[in-house]
Amino acid sequence: MSNTILDMRDINKIYLMGEEESHVLKDVTLTIERGEFVAILGPSGSGKTTLMNIIGCLDTPTSGAYFLNNREVSGLDEGELAAVRSKDIGFIFQSFQLLARLNALKNVELPLIYGGLSPHKRHAIAETTLTRVGLQDKLYHFPNQLSGGQQQRVAIARALANNPTILLADEPTGALDQHTGRQVLALFHELNDEGHTIIMITHDISIAKKAGRIVEILDGRLSCRERDIYV
Amino acid sequence: MFRESFVMSLQNIRGNKMRSFLTMLGIIIGVTAIIALITIVTGVTNEVTSRFTELGAGKINVRANGTVLKRGITESDMQKLSQIENIAGVSPNVSLTLPVSNGGTLTDDVIIEGRSDIYFRNNDVIAAGRPLSPVDMDPHSRVCVINAEAAREFFLQQNPLGGRLVIGGLNYTVVGVLKDSDNDVMSQMNRMMNSAGKINIVIPYKAALRMTGMGNITSLELYMTDTGQSEETMRQIEMVLDQAFNFKDNSYSLINLDSLLDTMNTITSMMTTMLAGIAAIALLVGGIGIMNMMLVSVTERTTEIGLRKALGAKPSIIQTQFLMESVVLSLLGGLIGILLGNLISYVVAYLIGFTFVMSVDAVAIGFFFSAGIGVLFGWAPANKASRLNPIDALRSM
Ligand SMILES: Nc1ncnc2c1ncn2[C@@H]1O[C@H](COP(=O)(O)OP(=O)(O)O)[C@@H](O)[C@H]1O
Ligand SMILES: [Mg+2]
Repeated sequence: MSNTILDMRDINKIYLMGEEESHVLKDVTLTIERGEFVAILGPSGSGKTTLMNIIGCLDTPTSGAYFLNNREVSGLDEGELAAVRSKDIGFIFQSFQLLARLNALKNVELPLIYGGLSPHKRHAIAETTLTRVGLQDKLYHFPNQLSGGQQQRVAIARALANNPTILLADEPTGALDQHTGRQVLALFHELNDEGHTIIMITHDISIAKKAGRIVEILDGRLSCRERDIYV
Repeated sequence: MFRESFVMSLQNIRGNKMRSFLTMLGIIIGVTAIIALITIVTGVTNEVTSRFTELGAGKINVRANGTVLKRGITESDMQKLSQIENIAGVSPNVSLTLPVSNGGTLTDDVIIEGRSDIYFRNNDVIAAGRPLSPVDMDPHSRVCVINAEAAREFFLQQNPLGGRLVIGGLNYTVVGVLKDSDNDVMSQMNRMMNSAGKINIVIPYKAALRMTGMGNITSLELYMTDTGQSEETMRQIEMVLDQAFNFKDNSYSLINLDSLLDTMNTITSMMTTMLAGIAAIALLVGGIGIMNMMLVSVTERTTEIGLRKALGAKPSIIQTQFLMESVVLSLLGGLIGILLGNLISYVVAYLIGFTFVMSVDAVAIGFFFSAGIGVLFGWAPANKASRLNPIDALRSM
């Protein structure tokens, strides 16, 4: 069996805004192997988030083929995409996106609810993953009782909970100071060492350099130069 | 998943206590109105019906005003009336006031009723002794039946049976004692008009007629075999009486408690329908309130919905959650309404004086109505939530 878990070929994304077409992704071709830590680097407006949405099955490409875990996902309907997200994708957002009225444990349990696990199992897994990210003392803290770095750790634990194929992080250090940002990156490295595949989106070259491989995106086009360097 | 949706909706309702309460208010008012209405109207109707039945189910009262040529009902009219198919008996009623004494003390203005044996055959009113019998229906028969109050007045602690009373100057023998009941129409009316504890003496109607000096009867009580045919029977009675009084207007009047009851039932059911309409409007307003709150809630939680979708929630799950929320909200209002409605009914029952019976129908209607409104008015917001594009939803962060 091949070790390729993500295989995108000639992906295009075109937004229609009235009469005008906005060609955001242009012939994007990208493959990622199991266990890689890839940074997608690009300036603001270059199409990073759009690419991430397609990788994360929140959005579908206008054209092109996308295989996730050897399964074609570009033609799936909303319900099927939800199932793929539940099983294969762990999202980490720039602004954490924790639900304020739920404590850390309940926040981490959310994807497990949609994964269909029993309350007992959910609790056990949430506790284990929160312990994994070093928050075993903060299980019952609410987001507003946690620091930014701790909140992002809760978000990482949430992304890990379903044991997804890919961890997908959009500017995960964007809302953090340098020191805590480095800690989060260190955590990513540990997770990568444990075998997790990580795709991290950033506009910051110094952060991108912490990844195993950099893919550059400029005006909707993946830069071949970076791919060459890697190969 | 259902359990999670339920827990989540409770959390959200608790998180917005004031807003949730105000939203529920319409439902609470509507359901309270429905419950109180049904329970109170049913209670009062049952009470009135049972009173009426006690008073005079199957009875028709005839009051003859008479004409210049014919002052009242004659024996032969009574004979014709008793031949009507559905009439089981005709009981004349002659009422007069006379002085009464036991040989010693004299009491003025005692109400004396003249009745026939038919009356005693159709009404269970004798407590002791015997009722008036057919042989007593002779102008010269001097027997009477008295009530407990009269026994107290004229015989003190002694047994009144066999005792003597001088009524309007004539000697009468007491043969029976009446039950102390308010079951018959006359004593009920007496009670309403006068203070309780009236002396009541019943003598044979022929003797009473003789004492009035008139040969005519002005009041009758007719007993029906089948109350279901009261309208047809009334028509036949009218035919007989019209002939008797030569088709003169206002020469007599008929009172049938059964048809009175029918009229009352028509009025109450009309009233109920009208008030139920008002309650339905309250529920509609409540439903719109819920829809409004749910739409606001969906807008407020756009990001949350997007996040949940990103975490793997299917559109159907989002829909279930919001639908559940509106149903829980509405049902909660409904349950409060059911409690309040029954409480109000209980208090009203106590104040008016009918027996409070919790109406299972009303509770069921309140329950299913509020649940239905939750589904009906929660549908559009839930649908809107389920169709939110997660990318747009997350972008608004
Ligand atoms: N829903 C959309 N409709 C129209 N244009 C869009 C939409 N989403 C993104 N774009 C456009 O696509 C381009 C890339 O956006 P984005 O992927 O968010 O870039 P980045 O994340 O790299 O800053 C931008 O010019 C943006 O205006
Ligand atoms: Mg972006």
